Amino acid sequence: MTDDYVLSEDDIDLDALRAGDRAAFAQVVDLYADRLYNVALKLLGDPMEAEDAVQEAFISAYKAIDSFEGRSSLGTWLYRIAYNAALMRLRKKRPDTVSIDKPVRLDDGDTLPRQFYDWCCLPERDFMTEEALVHMEEAIGMLSDTLRPVFVLRDIEGLSTAETGDVLDISSAAVKSRLHRARLFLREHLSEYFSGWAREREKEED
Amino acid sequence: MADHSGHDHSKDKARCRALLGQLSLYVDGEAEKALCDEIERHIAECEDCRIVVDTLARTIKLYRDHGHVRLPGDARRRLYTALDISDYLDED
Repeated sequence: MTDDYVLSEDDIDLDALRAGDRAAFAQVVDLYADRLYNVALKLLGDPMEAEDAVQEAFISAYKAIDSFEGRSSLGTWLYRIAYNAALMRLRKKRPDTVSIDKPVRLDDGDTLPRQFYDWCCLPERDFMTEEALVHMEEAIGMLSDTLRPVFVLRDIEGLSTAETGDVLDISSAAVKSRLHRARLFLREHLSEYFSGWAREREKEED
Repeated sequence: MADHSGHDHSKDKARCRALLGQLSLYVDGEAEKALCDEIERHIAECEDCRIVVDTLARTIKLYRDHGHVRLPGDARRRLYTALDISDYLDED
């Protein structure tokens, strides 16, 4: 959660960073290590690979800091480097299946809702278990490679539509349509999980 | 398809479909007033779509609140060492 981060981007001394100041660089790593790791992990689904991608990303960023012109925010720039590092690994891992540029359509059948169990107002303390968290992570893993990064950047990392488009090099319209498909897909999976959870609980209560 | 309220869903299915693509705008508070009104009128009548809207919003909230995985402590130490900044590692 963004609230957990103590530093903010405003605290970073960009001139010092560009001059190769280690303390300034350490501040950047403090600020972004968790966020870049989360993005890499969601994309790759493997903690070791994600760790390596984050390491590569910070090394690339350190080397390329001269070329950071400040047109986008430092955060957007770093997310882009980390995303690309993770994407390269993903392509190496699954060379045949990754086609990030595949067009996405909004209106095909797979986005039509099928689950209508109403879990919207269940108290979180009842259902937010370790198992539920694992299920949430698995559902993200099932998103297509086209939809997953959009959802992670926009809805988990909290980037704006424009920032997400900048990181992924896609239009705002593409961000919006992919985000919507990703959300519908995840809603479907969580609904399925929570309706099963509710049935189990009813059985236990009988 | 009849939904939980007994409302004949099939009659309005085209409506449900038409609105489905706009629901993210609505839950993000980015829908124009006219669209907002239209969705609210529809979900007052259509229980299935009401559930989709509410559980969609809850899905987003759950991921916002719980979707972060932080870099584990040992991985953090390896990262700071690899970047030659381990003297700045704040371990708490």
